[in-house]
Amino acid sequence: MSQSEHILLPEGSLEKQTTTLNLGPTHPATHGVFQNILEMDGERILSAVSTVGYIHRAFEKLAERRPLYQITPITDRLNYCSSPINNMGWHITCERLLKVELPKRVDYLRIIIMELARISDHLICNSIVGVDTGAFSGFLYLMQYRELIYEIYEEICGSRLTTNIGRIGGFERNFTNTAFEKLEKFLKEYPAVLKEFENLFNRNRIFMDRTIGTGPISAERALNYGFTGPNLRAAGVDYDVRVHTPYSSYEDFEFSVPVGTTGDCYDRFLVRNEEMWQSLKLIGDAYKKVQEFKGAEAEVFHADTPAYYLPEKKDVYTKMEALIYHFKIVMGETEIPAGELYSAVEGANGELGYYLISDGGRTPYRLHFRRPCFIYYQAYPELVKNGLLSDAVITMSSLNLIAGELDA
Amino acid sequence: MSLSNETIQQKLTEKFGEVLTEWEVPYGMLTFTAPKDFNLKILQYLFDDEELRFRFLTDLQAVHYPERKGEELAVVYHLHNLTDNVRIRMKVFAPVERPDVYSATALYASANFMERETYDFFGVNFVGHPNLIRILNVDEMDYFPMRKEFPLEDQTRIDKDDEMFGRGGTLGFGTEKRKEGGTLVEEDKHNEGDKVL
Repeated sequence: MSQSEHILLPEGSLEKQTTTLNLGPTHPATHGVFQNILEMDGERILSAVSTVGYIHRAFEKLAERRPLYQITPITDRLNYCSSPINNMGWHITCERLLKVELPKRVDYLRIIIMELARISDHLICNSIVGVDTGAFSGFLYLMQYRELIYEIYEEICGSRLTTNIGRIGGFERNFTNTAFEKLEKFLKEYPAVLKEFENLFNRNRIFMDRTIGTGPISAERALNYGFTGPNLRAAGVDYDVRVHTPYSSYEDFEFSVPVGTTGDCYDRFLVRNEEMWQSLKLIGDAYKKVQEFKGAEAEVFHADTPAYYLPEKKDVYTKMEALIYHFKIVMGETEIPAGELYSAVEGANGELGYYLISDGGRTPYRLHFRRPCFIYYQAYPELVKNGLLSDAVITMSSLNLIAGELDA
Repeated sequence: MSLSNETIQQKLTEKFGEVLTEWEVPYGMLTFTAPKDFNLKILQYLFDDEELRFRFLTDLQAVHYPERKGEELAVVYHLHNLTDNVRIRMKVFAPVERPDVYSATALYASANFMERETYDFFGVNFVGHPNLIRILNVDEMDYFPMRKEFPLEDQTRIDKDDEMFGRGGTLGFGTEKRKEGGTLVEEDKHNEGDKVL
């Protein structure tokens, strides 16, 4: 934008002063509890200072007093737009610590759930970017399918938002036929909807003008700032935990990792859209593999880890061993083997890591969550500097900041 | 994919000699301990070396070990070489009375919030950090809550009378003396009946 230097203002005049603006913590445009104190020159941002911690809930301290299975509901509340990924990440961490081998069917079912969660997270993020640029209809259109995804969760674990889905060693129960029917419905209907969504946005003049060049970051800066996930890939680095350190049998599947070039809002939008297509493909492939299991194999939904996996209720009433395990698990009296491990999964926002230290007691000695949001949010002042206030709002939503993950 | 843990250990030992100790490979991740004054030198070397290329700081946090006298606080760095896809873990220990550790913010912009978080919860004083203030807790807090001397719930609270879980209450459950093996001492047996009810 051209400088208006031809207007000569006297020293100390009102127009030469900057304005301090509080964006948040409860601003309707920020979708969560974020505060930024902006120093504004007219409509232009000179500097931003972020305040975080409004919904800090001391999860790491809480985790030091809980047995492993009681930590799963805590992880729900990190990135609550894709809780199942957090749950699975935690189960996988525990299983690595306990050296539990999972049946393939469980791995594939987990992939279905995790990729559904990734889609539900990305579709919220992308449609909110649409809302912030003034296009509301895409949001309403996609939201119906988040509802369908939530119905699938509900069919499997009984809850929708904070799912607490799965257990250490597998799932709490086998998937019902209704769950698979809903999954088929989703696989059948969602591609057309996503295509329609892309038609609405990808080559939309207004949307492109608003997002291209907004909040860009170079690959080098992004790495230095600890970016991971779609935000890093939009800057052109093809780092994906699913490919680099496969977990839950991701190595059995073919999928591509989309990358962008400029790391701006438009690239982040395109990368997330493409990731939804890849997730759809993964779900389809995993579902096919699940259907290949026949007979007794098709009934497997958990590994044989009696010390950590609750026995069936009818066994608790009739078998002594099951009763003992039931009691020990419910009362949190199972000793965890000592060990130290860092395990990561590809969350919807990037590398979601769990650093777990056990000293052989019943609860973790120390548990640290590597929350991707928290780490890349520190780049926000740099991303919005010298931009317009309205662009700062789009940049925030396209980074997919989730307050729960930010503040732990 | 050619960089092996042995190569990393060999290169680091060649460069820094015997100051690096406690080499371990728990669950496949090479782990070592460095003296706290060396942390920046080692991080810089790991960053610059053309073979090692550990240029991504995955995570930084602290652990409190009250029983390690004189070096109670461990600051743990998780580094990632994205080219060869290798991760390592470095620990430095600092005394809890004077937990000064050099800040890695000049090398990694991502260390800024992570060091603030570590300061906030453990009180590690990162020397050279541009803005070392609390991040998740309230500014008025005057202690470091993740240290082990602070129990999960504030034992001095009197507004919650929760006798079944060892806090408050008239019967004193949870405060009774226990023998080895967890059985109750004889004089408290009569309370056990109420507990079942």
